[in-house]
Amino acid sequence: MITFIVRRLIATVFLLVVVSAITFAIFFLIPRLAGVTTYQLATEYVGRNPTATAIRQVEKQLGLDAPLYLQYGRFLKGLVVGAHYNSGTATAYCPPPCFGYSFRSQTPVWPQMVSDIPVTLSLAIGAAVIWLIAGVSIGVLSALKRGTLFDRFSMGVALAGVSLPIFFTGLIALELFSYKWPIFPNVTFVPFTQNPFLWAKNLILPWIVLAFLYAALYARLTRAGMLETMSEDYIRTARAKGLPERMVIVKHGLRAALTPIVTIFGMDLGLLLGGAIITEVTFSLHGLGLFTVEAVQNQDLPEILGVTLLAAFFIVIANLFVDILYAYIDPRVRH
Amino acid sequence: MAGGEGPARDDRADGRLTRLRARDRGDRRSGEPEVPVPGQSPPTAMLDVRDLRIHFPTMDGLVKAVDGVSFTLDRGRTLGIVGESGSGKSVTSLGILGLYHSGNAQISGKIYLDGEDVVAAPQARVRELRGSKMAMIFQDPLSSLHPYYTIGNQIAEAYLIHNKVSKKAARAHAVELLERVGIPQAASRVDDYPHQFSGGMRQRAMIAMALSCDPELLIADEPTTALDVTVQAQILDLISDLQQEYDSAVIMITHDLGVVAELADDVLVMYAGRTAEYGSSEDIFAHPGHPYTWGLLGSMPRLDRTRLDRLLSIRGTPPSLINVPEGCPFHPRCDYAARTNGRSENEVPALRQVGPGHLVACHLSTDEQRRIWAERAKVAS
Repeated sequence: MITFIVRRLIATVFLLVVVSAITFAIFFLIPRLAGVTTYQLATEYVGRNPTATAIRQVEKQLGLDAPLYLQYGRFLKGLVVGAHYNSGTATAYCPPPCFGYSFRSQTPVWPQMVSDIPVTLSLAIGAAVIWLIAGVSIGVLSALKRGTLFDRFSMGVALAGVSLPIFFTGLIALELFSYKWPIFPNVTFVPFTQNPFLWAKNLILPWIVLAFLYAALYARLTRAGMLETMSEDYIRTARAKGLPERMVIVKHGLRAALTPIVTIFGMDLGLLLGGAIITEVTFSLHGLGLFTVEAVQNQDLPEILGVTLLAAFFIVIANLFVDILYAYIDPRVRH
Repeated sequence: MAGGEGPARDDRADGRLTRLRARDRGDRRSGEPEVPVPGQSPPTAMLDVRDLRIHFPTMDGLVKAVDGVSFTLDRGRTLGIVGESGSGKSVTSLGILGLYHSGNAQISGKIYLDGEDVVAAPQARVRELRGSKMAMIFQDPLSSLHPYYTIGNQIAEAYLIHNKVSKKAARAHAVELLERVGIPQAASRVDDYPHQFSGGMRQRAMIAMALSCDPELLIADEPTTALDVTVQAQILDLISDLQQEYDSAVIMITHDLGVVAELADDVLVMYAGRTAEYGSSEDIFAHPGHPYTWGLLGSMPRLDRTRLDRLLSIRGTPPSLINVPEGCPFHPRCDYAARTNGRSENEVPALRQVGPGHLVACHLSTDEQRRIWAERAKVAS
């Protein structure tokens, strides 16, 4: 198991380098290959309505005229030790990890993103806990009671959950529970360290709205997985041993049915950590999702690059955890 | 009325049942103690199955997987149940363990295990008996073992459920059992997963698992089918050794008459969920009475015979268990049905005693059966 984790860690570091290279290529290499001049490229990085001098300055600060491998080296170096953006007339310092420097706001990107991470983290993880518990248990019950009223009802609700977009369910939830019956009157983010109760209370609505979509998906997946697993030969063996039915279902059935769920969970969580854009916008929560939206609106390319890279890292890390969890669940993966 | 009643039996089967019962009563009056019949007499054998019926209602109709099967078995003895696929042998064994799909299966009849009726017993009681008093070895050890748990864990699990012992003791017990079934370096291999075992070793582990609570009844459902030919004999030897050591009763379910010849004391030949022939191994191999048994024996490859002819096969295919043919279920495939003056087509043959403890469900008279078998044996040799 330890060798497996070490192997996965090494692979993950390699994967992170690849991800950074691809991100770099998307932002710096591909436009150049498409014939964009360094001046035009610099224009993209300055922000809205730039002056020609500002563009020239940014062109120099980014070192866009240097060979690409040098640029990528600088990019990587910035992530680890920080970077100086020197235009001859002005110097900007971007401390590590330097995910880019916003020339529009004259600040490094990382500190801005850092303040938004707890919001997205709270939102995604809270919702994940809800949807895992709700989705998996409803899926298991549906599979065991296949064809009953409960099964049909829960699968019907699940179908609705999968089909309804968050901006719809979110607005309905806000209308009902924030305005009509103000049970959760203001959805604002309160850090967990400051007041855990308020943190949870204010996030309940977005959690439920976000979890509804995923719980529906997971319930259907779990149901299908359980139906398949419960007809396996080893379930019959477990019964033949005289195990109580509950043990047969949970220890022998559910554990095997969970493996595909774990895989998808890693993907979903990783994606959400990069910004639950629609949920954050619907509830005006300033997390990485809203940060991304604002960056796009401001045409602030360094910010977009930074958040893209961060989101990619989140997915890679989430998949690392899934791989380890997967190996823990299924011994065949380890060997 | 003797025996339980399945709620959804059709009229035809009901009529047949009445006839069967009339015969049974007659049998008892004429005083033939060897005949295992559905009756009220208290069970004397360790396992006493009487008129077992397991039916499954499906969208297409009622599947009569097992339709009135009776047999007895004592400790230290082996019963071979033979028949083609779909003859109801596996469902019979699962029925004894109470493992039929409890949701919609209709089970009736009696299964006495040490005098206790398993069919009538509550689910919880049957679960207690499963794995402790009766255990099963399945056909394909790879798919029958859970891929996520170690071999030791899976063996210890059964022991832990039925005995109040510590996990450590259960593990030690698992190592002991693995040693007993011939796994080298059992102490370290106990922590291996099924995928790290070879096919033969997996089946050995399955056997160890089945033996973990020293069951009185061991059911082996085609235990060698999924194995290499070289390993098959080893596994059969192991089962027979362990049977002597543990003094268990063994039901060996197989389509391989060679296995039966080697291991079984008694043989039950099943066809379309019913008993075609039942008797001692000697009876079945020396003077079988049912044309289906003749067919099975004829299709068995033999080394002591020169290969002049092709192996004989039984023409046709086993019937659907939803539409079992009228009369004798075997008559559409039987070469001798024409000799019964139409009785085979119209009348379900009753299980009839043709010798001490030897029962055959065929309309051919005992003399005719003997004559035809003698002819067939002469032609074959």
